[in-house]
Amino acid sequence: MYLKTLLGASSALALIATATSAETITIATVNNGDMIRMQGLSDEFTKAYPDIELEWVTLEENVLRSRVTQDVAAKGGQFDVMTIGTYEVPIWGKNGWLVSLNDLPAEWDADDLLPAIRGGLTVDGELYAAPFYGESSMVMYRKDLMQAAGLEMPEAPTWDFIKEAAAAMTDEASEVYGICLRGKAGWGENMAFLTAMSNSFGAKWFDEDWTPQFDSEPWKETLTFYMDLMTNYGPPGASTNGFNENLSLFQQGKCGMWIDATVAASFVTNPNDSTVADQVGFALAPDNGMGKRGNWLWAWSLAIPAGSDAVDAAKTFVAWATSKEYTELVASTEGWANVPPGTRTSLYENPEYAKVPFAEMTLESINAADPTNPSVDPVPYTGVQFVAIPEFAGIASQVGQEFSAALAGQQSVDEALEKAQMITAEEMEAAGY
Amino acid sequence: MARAVTTNRKVINTAFAWGIGLLIFFPILWTILTSFKTEATAIADPPVFLFFDWTLENYQVVQERSNYARFLWNSVIIAGGSTVLGIIIAIPAAWSMAFVPSRRTKDILLWMLSTKMLPAVGVLYPIYLIFIELGLLDTRIGLVIVLMLINLPIIVWMLYTYFREIPGEILEASRMDGASLRDEILYVLTPMAVPGIASTLLLNFILAWNEAFWTLNLTAAKAAPLTAFIASYSSPEGLFYAKLSAASTMAIAPILILGWFSQKQLVRGLTFGAVK
Repeated sequence: MYLKTLLGASSALALIATATSAETITIATVNNGDMIRMQGLSDEFTKAYPDIELEWVTLEENVLRSRVTQDVAAKGGQFDVMTIGTYEVPIWGKNGWLVSLNDLPAEWDADDLLPAIRGGLTVDGELYAAPFYGESSMVMYRKDLMQAAGLEMPEAPTWDFIKEAAAAMTDEASEVYGICLRGKAGWGENMAFLTAMSNSFGAKWFDEDWTPQFDSEPWKETLTFYMDLMTNYGPPGASTNGFNENLSLFQQGKCGMWIDATVAASFVTNPNDSTVADQVGFALAPDNGMGKRGNWLWAWSLAIPAGSDAVDAAKTFVAWATSKEYTELVASTEGWANVPPGTRTSLYENPEYAKVPFAEMTLESINAADPTNPSVDPVPYTGVQFVAIPEFAGIASQVGQEFSAALAGQQSVDEALEKAQMITAEEMEAAGY
Repeated sequence: MARAVTTNRKVINTAFAWGIGLLIFFPILWTILTSFKTEATAIADPPVFLFFDWTLENYQVVQERSNYARFLWNSVIIAGGSTVLGIIIAIPAAWSMAFVPSRRTKDILLWMLSTKMLPAVGVLYPIYLIFIELGLLDTRIGLVIVLMLINLPIIVWMLYTYFREIPGEILEASRMDGASLRDEILYVLTPMAVPGIASTLLLNFILAWNEAFWTLNLTAAKAAPLTAFIASYSSPEGLFYAKLSAASTMAIAPILILGWFSQKQLVRGLTFGAVK
């Protein structure tokens, strides 16, 4: 009996000892394909670092954003690693909410990061997040429909060509629509697309004195062109279509062209899900001859909040998940087409990766975006499809609703722009600009 | 005696009731069906209703990726704990309002209900900060308390309505027989109000089970219930509707089964006092 108690006590002590020696880090992430793959492969990490245990919190994008914002602002310390984007990093970095990653090990090779992506994640020389995958936007189109229309997609099309092709490809009787674009309201939905598009028309959110510019001619041209495209050649009910809705339409062969995130390329070319997998071609986002293309730049990145109590372990994980070795691990288990794209120069120098059909176009699209100089004229802000100020998400969500309502036929382009101007001016004034 | 109803009318009424029932149930049925489809079939246009290759693949994927049992256990503890705690507090409160009302009882009842009119997000930040201070973030006890507080007005209101149907004279009689206040509530009032208490329990358990604002905002990895489990399958970039449906089916299954077996009790409780 005595021996039993002793044995029990010592094994309990041993258990406590192992439990305390392992450090647990909580990782907040979104349910995107690349993230889920990382979660699946994280056994390799725990094998290499048995002292670090991983806890995953996967949330819907908007929920994640509000969850991590409130936690990082209140220093709740619930998360040690969080998945955030290029919009949050500069703002949060400036607020001192994130841990600098300048001291990641040399073999992690920060110089290998694509300059556009690295620039978007750096504030005053400090890298505040490690890019997990980067994306831009590009034109995805149906080669067969383009051929049937007697047209050939240039590598760098103009908006006029897109309109001509959309008209030629639309066949409403067989439910094929020339073009599918985002119409669903939201700063990350229709406003991401329209802000990027407006850059190529020479429009901008603010002039150098931070005065809203929705009453300018370029914005009117942008919105009129978009409405013209969508009402004549777009699918019905487009004002509720976001990324996923358009992906579904494209995969079922109902879109001639779709301009959206480069990450969609791997979905639409996957024969398991897409009925048009072998007919998809890619081109750069359109321009208007003004020197800027309508493509955006985004990087889902891993950052460590200042409130974390396991910074070193978190850094070890971030370095692992965004390393070249991780890329190779994915390639060896899931194939090169599935490695997280758009973050490292070395990936695009790899001859194996060059064989992936959308690799080159993704890189060119990313390189064509310039977050520090997004529009034709100089602007006081950074960000291609967003303005990197804390007020932007709130303002753009309201403006997005006005534009979505215009697409739904509830108001005219002029009315929508007038309201957008009013909303933005009021909010900016209240924010003290 | 009930009114005589013609057979024809019965058939029409039954068909109408079934029609409405199916209409309300259809989204859930569609979710369950989608959970057995492949991702490609899930988004097929025109939609496929029954004739597809049924697969359990989604359930397998969800099972491999998430620790369902942990989410389920958290849901049971949080929903069960908050409901039981709420009832324990609400029975004496409802007793005093129903049997020894003061001049302000009606106002207090209305005021309690008015707290339900405030959008939850309005108090998110204060509660978040309090939770940080008290170390309650991502704990089940924290959620039990918050959900209890949120549902308390409804619990008190429901119990108050049921208690009012019970003649005060019976309680008076028990008092005259020497019952203490505790005895009066425990052995006289509670047994008479069992159907009402049971339906209050059930309804609040369902409300707490489905609560998705506080359970998402105050939890991370440890105390997250099934609402967080569903949210983790919603994707901004990628069509995983079949897997999302499988996760949703797994999350609603326990409450659906509970609701099915207790529907008689629930209906009886909700119509308690309506027929004399």
